[in-house]
Parts: sequence; structure tokens; C-alpha cells
Amino acid sequence: MQRVGVFVCWCGSNIAGTVDVQAVSEALKSEPGVVFSANYQYMCSQAGQDMIKEAVKEHNLTGIVVCSCSPRMHEATFRKTAAAAGINPYMVEIANIREQCSWVHKDIATGTEKAIILGKAAIAKVNLNTPLTPGESPVTKRALVIGGGIAGIQTALDIADAGFPVDIVETKPTIGGKMAQLDKTFPTLDCAACILTPKMVDVAQNEKIRIFSYSEVSEIKGFVGNFDVTIKKNARYVKEDICTGCGACVEKCPMKKVPNEFNLGMDNRSAIYIPFAQAVPKVATIDPNACNMLKNGKCGLCARVCTAGAIDYTQKDEYINEKYGAIVVATGFNPISMDKFDEFAYNQSKDVITSLEFERLTNAAGPTAGHLERPSDGKSPKTIVFVQCVGSRCDACAEKGKEYCSKICCMYTAKHAMLTRDKYPDTEVYVFYIDVRTPGKNFDEFYRRAVEEYGVKYVKGMVGKVTPEGDKLKVQASDLIANKQLHIDADLVVLAAAIEPDKSARPLATMLTASMDTNDFFTEAHPKLRPVESPTAGVFLSGACQGPKDIPETVSQAGAAASKVIGLLAKDKLTGNPCVAHSNELMCNGCSSCEKVCAYGAITYENKEFRMPDRTTKIRRVAVVNPAVCQGCGACTVACPSGAMDLNGFASNQIMAEVDAICK
Amino acid sequence: MKVSYFPGCTLKNKAKDLDMYAYKSAEVLGITLEEIENWQCCGGVFTTAKNEIATKLSSVRALKEAYAKEQSLVTVCSACHNVIKQTNYAMQNDKDFSDTVNRYMAEDGGYFGETEVYHYLEMLRDLVGFDKLKEKVVNPLAGKKIAAYYGCLLLRPSGVMKMDDPENPTIMENFIKALGAEPVIYAQRNECCGGYVSVESPELAKKNSNAVVRNAKAQGAEMIITACPLCKYNLVKNGADIPVVYFTELLAEALGVKEDTNE
Repeated sequence: MQRVGVFVCWCGSNIAGTVDVQAVSEALKSEPGVVFSANYQYMCSQAGQDMIKEAVKEHNLTGIVVCSCSPRMHEATFRKTAAAAGINPYMVEIANIREQCSWVHKDIATGTEKAIILGKAAIAKVNLNTPLTPGESPVTKRALVIGGGIAGIQTALDIADAGFPVDIVETKPTIGGKMAQLDKTFPTLDCAACILTPKMVDVAQNEKIRIFSYSEVSEIKGFVGNFDVTIKKNARYVKEDICTGCGACVEKCPMKKVPNEFNLGMDNRSAIYIPFAQAVPKVATIDPNACNMLKNGKCGLCARVCTAGAIDYTQKDEYINEKYGAIVVATGFNPISMDKFDEFAYNQSKDVITSLEFERLTNAAGPTAGHLERPSDGKSPKTIVFVQCVGSRCDACAEKGKEYCSKICCMYTAKHAMLTRDKYPDTEVYVFYIDVRTPGKNFDEFYRRAVEEYGVKYVKGMVGKVTPEGDKLKVQASDLIANKQLHIDADLVVLAAAIEPDKSARPLATMLTASMDTNDFFTEAHPKLRPVESPTAGVFLSGACQGPKDIPETVSQAGAAASKVIGLLAKDKLTGNPCVAHSNELMCNGCSSCEKVCAYGAITYENKEFRMPDRTTKIRRVAVVNPAVCQGCGACTVACPSGAMDLNGFASNQIMAEVDAICK
Repeated sequence: MKVSYFPGCTLKNKAKDLDMYAYKSAEVLGITLEEIENWQCCGGVFTTAKNEIATKLSSVRALKEAYAKEQSLVTVCSACHNVIKQTNYAMQNDKDFSDTVNRYMAEDGGYFGETEVYHYLEMLRDLVGFDKLKEKVVNPLAGKKIAAYYGCLLLRPSGVMKMDDPENPTIMENFIKALGAEPVIYAQRNECCGGYVSVESPELAKKNSNAVVRNAKAQGAEMIITACPLCKYNLVKNGADIPVVYFTELLAEALGVKEDTNE
């Protein structure tokens, strides 16, 4: 029999307001095994913890029940207290009489009765508790960063700076992400390339960082400290280590009519290409869907002009296995498709463009060398209408848009409007908005400059219809403040499309067993207190994969994620969770039920020799749990038909004892 | 399959085409339209006179008759459909409204919007299926570029009509595709033709109607189809220089029953 001490917390008036704590500690005194019972104002305070330690010494306690708040709040605190008093930390049970009792009940009688019952259940359980010791696992001192945009780049640089090797996996032929496509950045208007490309070069030159570009993660196994990852390097038909990036092949390639994805299809590239001048790695890639040589064996011009001999038409996809201690997700975002928003005539006119396309149109390295020209006829637009919130904050049309605010559009639209008025002062610029949201350092000042100094016409209201007519776009909109309909003949309409997580995020989350919200943004472990960690141990979040973010915010989060990774990799060993499943091999019949339900791949089978009662031996197939991989979810214990599977700390007999105590 | 059918007054006068092609085509597709007995005018304009109970009673009578026969109620005219669907919605969701109506019609027993109301286009999409319609086409209208004109009443208010996305509808375009023709997407397809102000402000109506036709033509349309007699009247009156026809006429043509309808 255990010697159990019961400690009832008042939590100020949080519990004591609706639960008679004195009555609870009195009632629990006579439960089996209880040798001490008391109550105190704040059990988690130093004085409260000292009270527990004293009682352990004085009454020689072997088990502790704390009737207090949720175990999520202070279980760890009281386990530490127990350990300090010389008791195994897993001999502590928490009865949650706050969240599940005092906070939800109104009168003292009901609250007190329920608190007593919850206390009895915890006592019944602790009587069956056994001391548990967590296992240890080593930490592979290498990090994986998935995504090579500004988020991934910053995280990788910071981790490498602390001395740990990092690999970046990027699906595109170059790192740089969306930021590489931008023209200027708000609120300081420094050019995106000028501040990004030096960082890209730093990544390329850092000895601790390897870049797997044109690659994707195809499999992830293992657990925190010990991830086992397969990276698929797609064949780019160019030997990366030999190619010098001279560009001779690009020039000579006869297949020049391939839509250039870097310029969002607004101009063409060749079948062999380097996305942009500052690409990292600066090596060519052959697009297998466009290359004549790869499609029908006719051409081979690039191989002939390549003096380095880097072209290899026979290159195959390559799979690389690597071990990592931590994984950072930095998969970023994309603007949503405008197909379902055709009231703005995006598919009807070339002169209706998205804001990202506008960035390329004003970028000196873009398709028009930075001259603002209409895509249809190359004329300079005299009237431009910007439409904000296209697909954002769209609660009435959730199936085609997004309910959330995309956060970055107010600022980049102010930037576009301001820069247009600055470079082309005779252009009339309208911005239609639902609300202007510009919190952030120097952000509101920036927006006000657009209005006050640059004369951008901000109109509260939405555009209802864009009708292409001749070489004009007839814009029909409402001005909600003047309460009138506006009809504007525009030359260019720019849509601030909502942003959504990259499509690769969902399958990646499945591989990582990391959780996502309904919009496919990765969920953080705690929205305020653990914003860069995923609930899955060892997985960290950087940038817009977790929610819409601008560059300053992304870089801050990238650094924060890096510091968490460094904290993890700095450890030599990780302490595991001892509350994992184990199989009683004498009862196991090797049916595989548990293996099928295990989401973590923690269960394997082995053939074992057993001595039979008649002294013969027999080989049987039995389940074995890898305690380092098991997450203690308990699915296998329910699936096991013979009752061989059980969970440490949550054994079937312990759960039944709790139920019995409650139902008595 | 038999369904109750509410033609509406315009379909018995100005818009006879809309009506008779609807009948014939439905037969080919295996649906019998049973005209509501002694139906009365739908009551006209729901949106501008919601509190006027008396004008809604004819709609409720039609709905109740379909309910008594355990049939869905099918309409063709955009305006009738709008009134009947909105009335039915109010009977389901607005207790004050349904209580008053039921008091007015006490001897007939209570009604709370149980009948399913389909527009003919919805009937084609949901009860027949555009795939099946495609199979039944004998004269595919191949190569014809047709602009669907929704007007204002067919899709709105979208929360009540629940037919299609009011800004980017596809139902008529899919209908056109099923008949083998090529739908033309154009911006003005769901704008108002100005029908409601055609008496008060003929100039404004003309401006709106012309904008629709001009935009459809600019996107390459050779023909405009509509489900609304008022839209058709306005577009034609204000000088549309491409044919404007009811969608049912096109349907009858594709199904090969246009000629015998005219006989």
C-alpha cells in the first residue's frame, strides 16, 4: 500500500470561490492509503511546494495527489517538487478541480462534491502508480530547413553561425523565394535584391550549410533528435558541381518560348535556364517538359556549347538519406488563384494583374526592365486602380476565398501606389479598401505619406465589377463614405490577392505528424508562449507557413526558430517520456493490430523463442515497442485484442480504478 | 419524373417561346411538367414590397399545391423564380411572416416552406444532370459562341437563391457546354439590364442594356441567352444587334424538338 499525501489548492478564489477546499481535504483524508491531507492558498508557490516537501519527510509519503489546476499548467512543477523531496516524479497525480470543476460550476455544493470525486479518482490511481524512469536518446547535431526563402535562409544562417551544420531543401532551382521577386520593401523602400542576395551568397559560402535546390523531402521517419529524412534531388540534367553558370547554354538554347515562372509568365525563358542573375546555386536547369533533346532526342545544342561539359541528359533523380536532430518548416506562401474572382476580369484582360505581377513589372530585372507598361499593349497606364482584400476577409465566400486577413497587402499596396506616384506623377492612382491595417514600426506613417504627400486616392469601398471595353477597364465601385457609385476608366487594375500556404505544406505536415489549422497554416505549440515550435517535438516553424507575415516579422521568427533549434542541438542527450506503451510478450499473439494503428511507426515484430510448459521451445512472433519513437498516445492499448499492450503511467488497471472511484 | 410547374403570366403572353420549349424539352429529358391548376400571377416584386402579404399568397398557394402532390416546384421565368423562392424562404425562416400568411389561409392548413423549388436550369443540373443532357443532344451547337446573361434576379440574393456563385456563376456556361456550344465569359453577365427603371428612366435602362450587349460582343459572343422575359425585352428593345433568345429555345433546338414545337 502507498502512503499518499493529498494537497488541495485554493488557487486564490479561483477554486476556493466555488469549492469548499476544507471539506475536500477533510473528505479525502479517509480514502485508502491517505496518511496526510491539507489545503493551501497557492500550492504552486514556494511555500506550497515546501509544504509538500515537509509532508513527504514527516509522513514518509510514497505518493502525492495535488487537487489543483489542469496538469498542463503545473504537473511539471509538482513533479519537480516530488523529485526534490526524493520521490519518483511519476508518483504524482493531479486532480483537475479548477478548469474541469470550479470554473464550470456555479454553486459550492456541486463544486465541492465533484472536487471530492475527482480527488478520490486520483487517489485510486496513485495507489497503483509505479516509479518510472525516462529513457535517454542521443541528438544528431545537424538541422534540416525545408524551404529556401528569406525565412529558411535566415534560420539556416543563424543555426550555422552557432556552429551546427544545416541543410536547406528548396523545390525551386534557386533559393531566394518570394522576396527575390519583389522590387522594393516597405517601409524603408530598400531594394529587395540588394538586401536579400548578399544573404543568399552568405548561404552559398557558408561551410556549414548545404543547399539541396530543385529537391524535395520525400520521407521523414524518426523523432526529435533522431529524424531520418530522405531527400529527392530532382534531375536537373546539369552537373551542379561542374556548371559555372556562364549562361552560354541559355543563350544558345533554341527553345525560347517557355513561360518564365520567375516573372509569373509575363515573359519567356529558354528550356535550359537560370531563374535570375543572382540565383544560388548559379547553375543551369533543363526543363524536361520543354527540352527537345529530352522529349525526342533531337537537339543537344547546350551540351555542345558547354565548355565545362556539365550537361548530362541521362541524369536521374537521386535520393539522399540524412539524419537530423531538428527540422524547421519554412515552406512559405503563394497568392491564391484569381479564377474564382472573375468579377475583377483577371482572366478576361491582360491588364488586370496581381500585386506580385506588379512587383515584377516595376522591378528593374523584370520583363519590362522596370518600366511600368501595360501587359496588353506596352503603353504606360494613366489611371491605375488597386483593389485590396481580393479573397481576404471573405467570410461570405469561404469556399473561394479566405476568412483571414492576409496582413501584408495594405502595406505593399501603399508601397505600389506611392512608388507609382513618385516615378510617374501624372498617373492617377486609386486604392479601394475595406479597412487600412498598418500596425507595425513606421508602417502607419508610411501609409499616411502615400495619402498626404503622394496624393494617392484612397476610397473606402469595394470594386464590384471590372469590364474590359476597348483599351480601357471600366471599374464600377462604391465609395462608402460619400455613399455613391464610382465609375472609373482605368488602364491597369491591380488585385491584392489573398495569400495561402504553399501546396507542399499539407503533405509535409502528414510526414511530420505536425498539426495544421483549417487553412493549412502550421499550428504553433502555443499561440503566445511557444510561437515558433510545432506541437510535434523537434519540429519548428519559420515564416509564412505559420500565418501571413511580412519580411521583418518573418526574419524575427526565423531567428527565434533558429535559437530553439540551437538550444536543442546543444544538448548531447534528450530525456524521453517514460509514459510509453509496452507489450507483454507472453500475452501477445503477433496479430499486428497494434502496428496498424500506430501513427508513429513505433511498433515492430520479432521472432522470439519461448519455453513451453512441457519443456519444449517454440518460436513466436511478438510485438516490440521502440520507447524512443512511441508518443504514448495509447491507440495500441485499445486495439490489442489480447490485452498484451499497456501504457506506462496510464495502465488499464489504473484507468479502471479511477472509473471505479468515480462511479462508487 | 413528374414535377409541378409554375409558368407565370409573361410566359402565357410575351414569352410564349420560353414556356413551350421548356415543356417539350423536359419531355425529351424524361420529366413531365404538370402545370399548377389555377395558378395566379406570382405577385411581382418581392424585394421592393416584402411587407405586402397579400401579393405573396398566390406564390404560397402554388407552393402548397406542389407540396400536396408531393412534387418539387419548377419555374422558368427569373422573376417568378425569385419571388417564389424568396417567399418559400420567408415561410421557412421568418416566423412572423409565415404566421400571418397561415392565418390568412387558415382553411387550407399550415405551410412552412416544405416544397423544394427548382429553377428550370437547376432542374437540368441537379435532377437531369448536364452529362445526361449532353447525351440527349441530337443537334450539337458546335462552334457557336454563346454568352449567358444572368441578369440580376436569377442569382441574388445568393443566400436565399442558393443557385450559384453570384459573382462567378457557371450554371448557364455548363448548360451551353452540354449543348455542344462554346460559352463566352464576359464581365457584364450578371449586371442588371435596367428593366426595373425602363418606364421611369428609359435612358438609364438603355445604357445598362447596351453595356451588356457591347461587352458580350467584345468577348466574341454571337448570341445571348437568358431566362428572364424582362431582360430579353430590354436588350432587344434597346437595340441588341445579336440574337437574344430564351435558353429553352436553344435547348429545344439542340434536343431536336424545336421544329415540332412550332408546328
